[in-house]
Amino acid sequence: MMPELGKYAATVLSSYGISILLLVALTALSLRRAARVRRELAAVEARRKP
Amino acid sequence: MSSLWEYANPKKFIETAQRVLPWVAGLSVICLVGGLAWGFFFTPDDYRQGSTVKIIYLHVPAALMAINAWLMMLLASLVWLIRRHHVSALAARAAAPVGAVMTVIALATGAIWGQPMWGTWWVWDPRLTSFLILFLFYLGYIALWAAVEDDDTAADLTSILCMVGSVFALLSRYAVNFWNQGLHQGASVMRAGALAGDTQERVSNVFAVPLFVCIAGFVLLFVALVLLRTQTEIRARRMRALMARERMG
Repeated sequence: MMPELGKYAATVLSSYGISILLLVALTALSLRRAARVRRELAAVEARRKP
Repeated sequence: MSSLWEYANPKKFIETAQRVLPWVAGLSVICLVGGLAWGFFFTPDDYRQGSTVKIIYLHVPAALMAINAWLMMLLASLVWLIRRHHVSALAARAAAPVGAVMTVIALATGAIWGQPMWGTWWVWDPRLTSFLILFLFYLGYIALWAAVEDDDTAADLTSILCMVGSVFALLSRYAVNFWNQGLHQGASVMRAGALAGDTQERVSNVFAVPLFVCIAGFVLLFVALVLLRTQTEIRARRMRALMARERMG
């Protein structure tokens, strides 16, 4: 299944590794902050209700 | 017919974004996983570059999005400056970290690819240099938003910075055409006749088709992340306003 990358295996795999890691980290951080801000806003709005 | 300006209403924007986001995110995952798997596993090596040609599926879409993210921020900043719609300023703010990550991917994969092909990780070539300056503009833009407490003032200042940085966003795309020097090659994908007829130094269809799938994946991922992050910025702004009201009693 794994393609034959020859002498450039480290070059190709490190490019894919770094890029996928950065994209996954960006997505995970965006989702985490979205959930945190939504929770905090709900708490502030709940405090305002009589 | 509904007007585009309806989405300047934060509530309307959030409602629409929530409806659209799952579809855009799902499509982006399909295109990214499909395009990258196709490129990595099912395309041949290039006769000159060997297996390093597989880096094209990350480097080109990331570079394209690094520039286009800044241009999207420019448009949103202009809308803020002219029409004072908060959602557009917050959309520009939301897009900046996504564009910065795309720039890092383009720079990192470019350096890793350049080492075996050019014999160097880095060279002060017009395109590479303008790309590095674009990255510094991204950092400055993000830092400026974080440094200014008043949201409207921050939006004004970052919009001006965005306009200045647009020069480097455009330069990083067209620098190879202005200066006939440097190691980076000219356009060979997004070029008239690149897919048909013109056979001189164009990217072969074997590589171009999965590359276009990856580009679609990166564009959709950018849209999905900006929709998600803009909602977050709108909520964070509302939270700051409510807390300020609480403090004032």
